[in-house]
Amino acid sequence: MRALRRAVTWFGLPVLLVLVWWLVSGGSFYLPDPLKVVRAFWDTWVSARAFEDVLPSLGRLLLGYVAATLLGVGLGVLVGLSPRLRATLEPVLEFFRAIPPPVLVPLLMLLAGIDTPMKVLVIVSGCVWPILLNTVEGVRALDEVLADTCRMYGVRGGSRLRRFVLRGASPQIMAGLRQALSIGIILMVISEMFASSSGLGFTIVLFQRQFQIAEMWSGILLLGLIGLALSFLFRLLERRVLSWYYGSGAARA
Amino acid sequence: MSRTPFGARRRLLYGLAGLAGLLALVEAVPRLGLVDERYLPPATTILATLARELATAGLWIALGETLIGWALGLAIAFFLAVAIGVVIGIVPGLRAATTSTIEFLRPIPSVALVPLATLLYGPSLSSTLLLVVYASFWQVLIQVLYGVAAVDSVAYDTARSYGLGSWSRVRHLIWPTALPYVMTGLRLAAAVAFILAVTAELVIGSPGLGAEIQVAQSSGAVPAVYALIVLAGLVGIGVNVAVRFLERRVLSWHPSVRSEATT
Repeated sequence: MRALRRAVTWFGLPVLLVLVWWLVSGGSFYLPDPLKVVRAFWDTWVSARAFEDVLPSLGRLLLGYVAATLLGVGLGVLVGLSPRLRATLEPVLEFFRAIPPPVLVPLLMLLAGIDTPMKVLVIVSGCVWPILLNTVEGVRALDEVLADTCRMYGVRGGSRLRRFVLRGASPQIMAGLRQALSIGIILMVISEMFASSSGLGFTIVLFQRQFQIAEMWSGILLLGLIGLALSFLFRLLERRVLSWYYGSGAARA
Repeated sequence: MSRTPFGARRRLLYGLAGLAGLLALVEAVPRLGLVDERYLPPATTILATLARELATAGLWIALGETLIGWALGLAIAFFLAVAIGVVIGIVPGLRAATTSTIEFLRPIPSVALVPLATLLYGPSLSSTLLLVVYASFWQVLIQVLYGVAAVDSVAYDTARSYGLGSWSRVRHLIWPTALPYVMTGLRLAAAVAFILAVTAELVIGSPGLGAEIQVAQSSGAVPAVYALIVLAGLVGIGVNVAVRFLERRVLSWHPSVRSEATT
């Protein structure tokens, strides 16, 4: 009985929404019914296209995201540990963060052409700022008592970096990584919509231009599922990295 | 509070030095021939181009269009999200029933709607609005839900037993409790809305700063591209500052802001 109630609260509204979609879909050319979209989804994406368009896109996203993480955390620790460097660079970094990342696409097209390097570079240059600034903030706000304790016990070098600096700043770093992830997805799609002959963003725009409406909706659905899957994976990672933090109760304070 | 060894004035000096350093670097690198001037014009050229562009009416119109798309989209998303969020938060059972749907729709990247917007509205303000509203709606909604959930249950029961109607409860109890969360949502949404406004102009071609950048890029006017990007950054900073100012004003009664002001 309880399981049934949970199933109804969990699936009730989505089922209702799909039914509404079904009912209203008859009248409009732009809104095909859900069955058609699901069929188009199956035909379009569960095929060779998954390897030709979807996986390379995701690969570029992963590559750019990892590079931005390494760069952002590395520089962030350096800047965060030195008050002088931080005071000098903060206005510059705030400026770079305030630039809406998609405007870098036309610029980087100019510098790096329209191939994979440009796309990865776009993702890196958009994702790095939230990670960098959050790392700086996290390192700045490290517990002073712990810093003194580390000094007292002679914890220094790599061990200090790993056990104290990165650990202590990790809640902030993860917050930056979460922001960067959604920016990264946006940039992955845009860089392909702009100038490209393959990739997820390109394919969806192509469908739209050829008025393949059901296929276009299936692409939107696929992007939604990718967003959902990535945010789920990120939550798993976050749980793991921050388990000490949630357990300590500090997260609630 | 902070353990920086120096005060506000020295921080300002260092910050100015940092900005000057950036300008000097961007000036020196192309002048010394490390990077071709065609790809990275010197800082003085970029700033001169920006000044020249700022003297034209076209740029101000484009800027105005971007800001209208941003403000209108943000306002629509904000009011929708607050209204829906408060209803979901108050009506018993509705929160549980909507969780799965919200968790599914929220991570959908709003650029996924680009083809749909193109198809329905073409390059116009409506396209911009569709993307901006979708992206910023979730940011506010989530915070409103947190805020409504943070209402003290004892205070809520007290209000009920004193016979406050549902409107007074919303007005005098739920809204003030949720307000700090709502303002956080607004701040996040304002930044996202600006990004999406420029994106829509860039990709779909709706009139505005993004479209100007696109035109400058395809006509090979490199200094103009840089100048417009600098301008977009400055506007982005302006947006952040404005929303932070609003947040402080609206929450001036709140302990978190008051304690910040006294230290």
